[in-house]
Amino acid sequence: MLRHLDEELKELHKDILRMAVFAQESIFKSIESLKNRDKKLAQDVIDTDNTIDELELAIDEKCIDLIARYQPMAGDLRYITTGMKINTELERIADMALDISQKSLGLIDKPLLKPLIDIPKLSQVAQNMVRNAIDAFVKRDAQLARQVVLADSEADKLRNLVQDELINEYLARDAKTAERAVALIIIARYLERICDQATNIAEDVIYMVEAKVVKHHHEELE
Amino acid sequence: MADISVNNLNLWYGDFQALINVNVHFTQKQITAIIGPSGCGKSTLLRVFNRMNDLIEGVRTTGEVMIDAENIVSEKTDLVSLRKKVGMVFQRPNPFPLSIYENIVFGQKVHAEGLTKLKLNEVVEDSLKSVFLWDELKDKLNKSAFTLSLEQKQRLCIARLIVVKPEILLMDEPCSTLDPQATSRIEELMRELKNNYTTIIVTHNMQQAARVSDQTGFMLLGELVEFGRTEDIFTKPKDKRTEDYITGRYG
Repeated sequence: MLRHLDEELKELHKDILRMAVFAQESIFKSIESLKNRDKKLAQDVIDTDNTIDELELAIDEKCIDLIARYQPMAGDLRYITTGMKINTELERIADMALDISQKSLGLIDKPLLKPLIDIPKLSQVAQNMVRNAIDAFVKRDAQLARQVVLADSEADKLRNLVQDELINEYLARDAKTAERAVALIIIARYLERICDQATNIAEDVIYMVEAKVVKHHHEELE
Repeated sequence: MADISVNNLNLWYGDFQALINVNVHFTQKQITAIIGPSGCGKSTLLRVFNRMNDLIEGVRTTGEVMIDAENIVSEKTDLVSLRKKVGMVFQRPNPFPLSIYENIVFGQKVHAEGLTKLKLNEVVEDSLKSVFLWDELKDKLNKSAFTLSLEQKQRLCIARLIVVKPEILLMDEPCSTLDPQATSRIEELMRELKNNYTTIIVTHNMQQAARVSDQTGFMLLGELVEFGRTEDIFTKPKDKRTEDYITGRYG
């Protein structure tokens, strides 16, 4: 039996996917701008942020409206509350991409400190994690969501690698590199945060699909 | 106060089996809601506990229902004392065609004869206070109970029950004729009373079940499909049939 609520949930789903596309594009562009020293891409990310913020508010409003009017239960309730959380995570991911873009704009004006190797790697991990988290949401695939949660430790390792290298090879040796080295450390930190947010999305998906809380209880993942 | 243990309960109306192997435990000081579509057997189950089904011809029961170590579906059960212990509130409030005062002391006169007028006055005041009707009605005790609003009548029926000190309160759609404000006040009353009784409520109103109950059972076609903590039933039911029913996909 198709319910009127199903139509509304379909619309909500589309909006959340639009939000996901925006967030993914923002990460991609922010890192491309850094790699290719492309100011236009960074500016694109900054300019899109308003649209993303507005969409976030619209999705939140839609969820609250559905809860008020339908008083959803069980799977519906878990879907809508998870949708609200994922919405917030996606908006934060877009914010991180915006922060990366701003740092990138600052770096483009200065000479290259070093060839970028590990940051693009970290960004690839971040993009994969976000994509898989969203895929898990779309396909209601708790197994894929579990893989995302487990991938987070790789991101942490890469971030530490980037940070250690920048501190030991540059900051500690030559104070003139400080501004650029710190900017890169912060970018690595933003990318690692994006991975954390992808992890949160994946944890929310596991709750949505299996009604199981794994947040702060990763031993429950097995 | 008493727990209720239902073990392998089956019930037939003639050839039709209305309850199929029901096993469940109702805990004292808890409100348990029974939900399910029309004809699922939820009212039948409720009426087992005070043997109201006996009034229907051709009813046959197997299994046991234990209240205070007594199997109340056995032939030997004393129905008068059972119904004193297990009170029932109905869909339509059904006060007697008597004054408010007489409605309340009626049960007292049946179950505890020879009380003084003074004692009866005390009983009336206490019971009306416990359903929050005393202030409204204390100057109109001799008026007919029929002059009351629906909500007041339902409260009066609850007051009339609790004067005989039951241990178990059965409620069959107690708010279905009330408006939302009256419904929410009756729900508040249920919460006030819950610490003194084992309460079982049958309701079509899922939101009501979610709001007032501690435990919820879902019935379908005579079976108790799922039983558990209310928060679990409404956020993460285990059985697909429960999920389908509470999300409106049933049918």
